[in-house]
Amino acid sequence: MSSVGAATAALEFMHVSCCFPDRAKRGQSYAAVRQASLTVGDGEFVALVGPTGCGKSTLLNVAAGLLAPTEGEIRAFGSALAGINRDAGYLFQPDSLFPWRSALENVAAGLEFRGARRSDAHERAQGWLARVGLEAHAAKYPHELSGGMRKRVALAQIWILQPRLLLMDEPFSALDVQTRQLMENELLSLWADNRASVLFVTHDLEEAIALADRVVVLAAGPESHPIAEFTVDLPRPRDVAEIGLQPRFIDLHRQVWQTLKTEVLSVYARERI
Amino acid sequence: MRESGSSIGARAQPKRAMWPWHLLLLSAVLGAWYALTRSGLLPSFFFGEPLVVAQRIAGWFITGKIFPHLGVTLLETVLAFAIGTALGLAVGLWLALSPFASRLLNPYITAINSMPRVILAPIFAVWFGLGIASKVMLGVTLVFFIVFFSVYNGVREVSPVVLSNARMLGAGRRQLLRHVYLPSATAWVFSSLHASVGMAFVGAIVGEYLGSSRGVGYLILQAEGVFDIDTVLAGIAVLTACALILDRVVSIAERRLLRWRPGSSAEHY
Repeated sequence: MSSVGAATAALEFMHVSCCFPDRAKRGQSYAAVRQASLTVGDGEFVALVGPTGCGKSTLLNVAAGLLAPTEGEIRAFGSALAGINRDAGYLFQPDSLFPWRSALENVAAGLEFRGARRSDAHERAQGWLARVGLEAHAAKYPHELSGGMRKRVALAQIWILQPRLLLMDEPFSALDVQTRQLMENELLSLWADNRASVLFVTHDLEEAIALADRVVVLAAGPESHPIAEFTVDLPRPRDVAEIGLQPRFIDLHRQVWQTLKTEVLSVYARERI
Repeated sequence: MRESGSSIGARAQPKRAMWPWHLLLLSAVLGAWYALTRSGLLPSFFFGEPLVVAQRIAGWFITGKIFPHLGVTLLETVLAFAIGTALGLAVGLWLALSPFASRLLNPYITAINSMPRVILAPIFAVWFGLGIASKVMLGVTLVFFIVFFSVYNGVREVSPVVLSNARMLGAGRRQLLRHVYLPSATAWVFSSLHASVGMAFVGAIVGEYLGSSRGVGYLILQAEGVFDIDTVLAGIAVLTACALILDRVVSIAERRLLRWRPGSSAEHY
């Protein structure tokens, strides 16, 4: 798969390091990510897994352009990234909707920010709300929607801009298992239509294998970096609720877990001290 | 905030209307006042008499004598409220978004805020004369800080995720201000509006009381000069009624504009 993205990779991390001032020790800094190199090919779905606190979100923020790396370079579709990555849509882990905008206005927000006329934006937003099954809830405010509905609004809010790259930070981790599987299937069907490149961060290995073309394992932080990657050769379209029963899925799960386990245990051991 | 007082058990039952009880308490207090002053247990020279007070109020409204005074007082209040809120919102947004200005002005703001600002009234009277300008200015200084601090803190508590999301969706600096900071700050302004309407009123009355030729505060001052306690109480009653009406208007505006806020639809009592 990696050969596909060689020329026009959606995202290339080249020896990226991110240092933050250490809160415990004044004047010192610690590196959340050290010398991380990673490529997301055009149209490729990459899942990033790793133990908690391994800098997964840091890498996403670098890819989004919200955070500039301390060292190294980040390239998006061939050109060096400076400032916000305009090709990227970012689905956050916590609620990110504007609480003072209705579902419809939330979905229309991106178009309005980018200069579309309000009426046009609302018209298109209505269509996208329908695609995520919420046309009846257009006038509701986020606090009047359930957690799953809010995530669907957030998906529509991003998808309406047709981003070439999707960044997702454990977007479904706060949902219950059934809603979560529905959302994962929803994501896969949306993705099947436009085949954007995806960088999907999760700590859930099953979610990673079920969704992705490739699973990248990050080392335990600090100074985290990718240590292994696995190509997921399961056929598409996939049904997240059933894929877990396939022998190949179980086989892959065992392989990735072998690597991940070492990292998880090392975090666990450190926290026990 | 308001509902937090009532326990969950109490809310499960259907609420009975409280207004008959409110009315009963009011009549009891008025009745006791009437009985005590009538019987001579309380000297009516110092405590007034409820019937005379009521007559005084009725007389004001029938002859129309009160309206120019009330109009001036309300005009001062509304102007002080509007100008103070607008200034507080603007300066609050500016300082919250500009760390240097914020750090530069921080000690001065703290100092001015801790100063008892009612004492500025005589100075304003000297600067702006005995007309409405000096009262409005006093009200503005009182309202400004209430709104300013809630906006300032509100902006700094804007969810970083919502902010990042807006930036990822393509919002520039101006759009962040208009679509994220401003709506977020508005919610905080509204939480302070009840307090600031009251303060605007205090500014107007205190200003009138210290020197004026019109307004309800002036009426009260005149009556006090001749120990006419009934008129003083009548003035106070009219002012209280006005304050209640203003507070009600703010509540209605709040419920309309903050429909998006969790719990706002249930917020009335």
